[in-house]
Amino acid sequence: MTTQLATSATDAGSRRPAGEGAARVPSAGRPPRRRHETWRIRGELAILLGPALVVFVSFVILPVALAAYYGFYKWSGFGTPTDFVGIRNYVTILTDPAFHEALGHNAFIVVGSLVLQGPLALGLALLLNRKMRAQSVIRVLIFVPYVISEVVVGLGWGLMLQSGGALNGALEKIGLGSLRADWISDPALAIWTLLIIITWKYIGFAVILFLAGLQGIPEELSEAAAIDGASYWQIQRHIVLPLMGPTIRIWAFLSIIGSLQLFDLVWIIWGQYVASTAGTSTMATYMVANGRNAGSFGYGSAVAVVMFLISLAVALVYQRFVLRRDTAGALTGGSK
Amino acid sequence: MTATATLVTPRAPRRRPAGANRGSSVLVGFVALLLIGMMLAPVVFIILGGFRSNAEITVDPAGFPTTWNWQNYADVLTSGVFWGQVGNSAIAAIATTVFVVALGLMAAYALSRYRFRGRGAVYALFTAGLMFPMTVAITPLYILVRNLGLMNSLAGVIVPQIAFALPLTIIILSPFLAAIPNELQEASAIDGLGRLGFFWRMVLPLAVPAVVTVGILAFVNSWNSYMLPLFILNNEAAYTLPLGTQAFASQYSVDTARVLAFTSLSMIPALLFFSVFERRIVGGLTGAVKG
Repeated sequence: MTTQLATSATDAGSRRPAGEGAARVPSAGRPPRRRHETWRIRGELAILLGPALVVFVSFVILPVALAAYYGFYKWSGFGTPTDFVGIRNYVTILTDPAFHEALGHNAFIVVGSLVLQGPLALGLALLLNRKMRAQSVIRVLIFVPYVISEVVVGLGWGLMLQSGGALNGALEKIGLGSLRADWISDPALAIWTLLIIITWKYIGFAVILFLAGLQGIPEELSEAAAIDGASYWQIQRHIVLPLMGPTIRIWAFLSIIGSLQLFDLVWIIWGQYVASTAGTSTMATYMVANGRNAGSFGYGSAVAVVMFLISLAVALVYQRFVLRRDTAGALTGGSK
Repeated sequence: MTATATLVTPRAPRRRPAGANRGSSVLVGFVALLLIGMMLAPVVFIILGGFRSNAEITVDPAGFPTTWNWQNYADVLTSGVFWGQVGNSAIAAIATTVFVVALGLMAAYALSRYRFRGRGAVYALFTAGLMFPMTVAITPLYILVRNLGLMNSLAGVIVPQIAFALPLTIIILSPFLAAIPNELQEASAIDGLGRLGFFWRMVLPLAVPAVVTVGILAFVNSWNSYMLPLFILNNEAAYTLPLGTQAFASQYSVDTARVLAFTSLSMIPALLFFSVFERRIVGGLTGAVKG
């Protein structure tokens, strides 16, 4: 959740380098008072930037750096780490079948989220972007799952899906009793259950982003196409969809990173031990179960580093890929 | 429900020949209704379940309440535990929001309206923060908070939350502040307003829409935050609502109806907040998404 949103607009950020909108500070370069002025500006910058930088560096950058350091130690979390083990933690992680399984689950969630949420959310956003009565009510309703906490989602779905729960009850009622299943604890089903819950929970976020993207597309384009006789679907397919490219790619990026970091829902629904037997463990639950909860802070830190490197690698590859795609699109844009 | 009638798309009469789209509109409306039903079913299940009795839930898990039983909700609402957790969550969320907005605005103002060496580097540093989700940093963060003696205190949750919310805040606010016309600043300078004065008297009022967006995001994220409190708060008196809800659920695992009542009450604040400001969030993100 935090992470999902947190990464929003990362592209937007990186794409706006110095210059563009940044205002020149008026009177910054007037010769007579120059030195005095420079110091004044420095002071102001210190006041404005200082607090944010201090908090950010000490609670975001420093912990990540510390993780890299602790990762080389066998450490129970008390005192200073002294038992240097080199890369042994990393060797253990990379050869642990339980970690491979978790990684596999993460990969499944990454792909599954993109495939399920993308088209669905796009459809919903297009739908909600049309002028309709009670539009705002419907929009709020779509976002309900995204806004409620993972704990509520986990508990609610957990109770609904347990073997004596509401879903099985409802299936029985409508005569589909044969479809009853152990949605949560059957290892063949659990990961699909998780995927459905994730889709349900986070699709609202995709819809928000897509709606925001749609609002940036000038209506004149669709109007012009409509005058030329294009049908609604033709307009969506050939005008709106291509223009939504950047937004869709940002969303996909956020979704991938979020899926790689998945923790809350699995931990709440399946808990520490069941997650691995039910086949829903993720890298993050593996990290907490084998790190803090096992009292091995060095090992936990090493898992965090592995997770981070995997996310970073995926992000870099994706950025490269997206960049290439975007340039390709710019060159061949009209011909498709 | 109420949505049925509303989904038929009112066509913009000037643009499309009347009736051309009616069939597809009905279909679209039906699909939308179905999806919305699926979105809401689990929430409805939680809320209605709170009005039922445990016997009812066991016998017919998917049914509606036969008699509306207010006792579960009343029990939760009269318990000190629930309100204590609401209080903790509220303190954490409000403090996080206030500081994120204050620090984020100041930093975004410096980054978007000052020219100085290292500006790009600082901006890149904050942007890089998006690559460090809390999951990756949680173990050392826990140790750091423990070394600072902030275990089991809300401050131990609030400060890291501020730090992790800053990148997104700054990235949403910066383009917004940069878009404030220079002429305005020049005019204020002529009227004797310094840069900080300009920030205080002009930028703050103008930035309200973007501030609302980042504020809501920070608030809702803090309200729902699970992993950090799970690590930092081990003492039940310090529990925030998500932890409390989970603890309640395992403590009263046989009393499903009461758990459902507790759960539905715990989601109300975030829901209220979000429904009031939904439009603003979409509006505020528009700039950020388009870059």
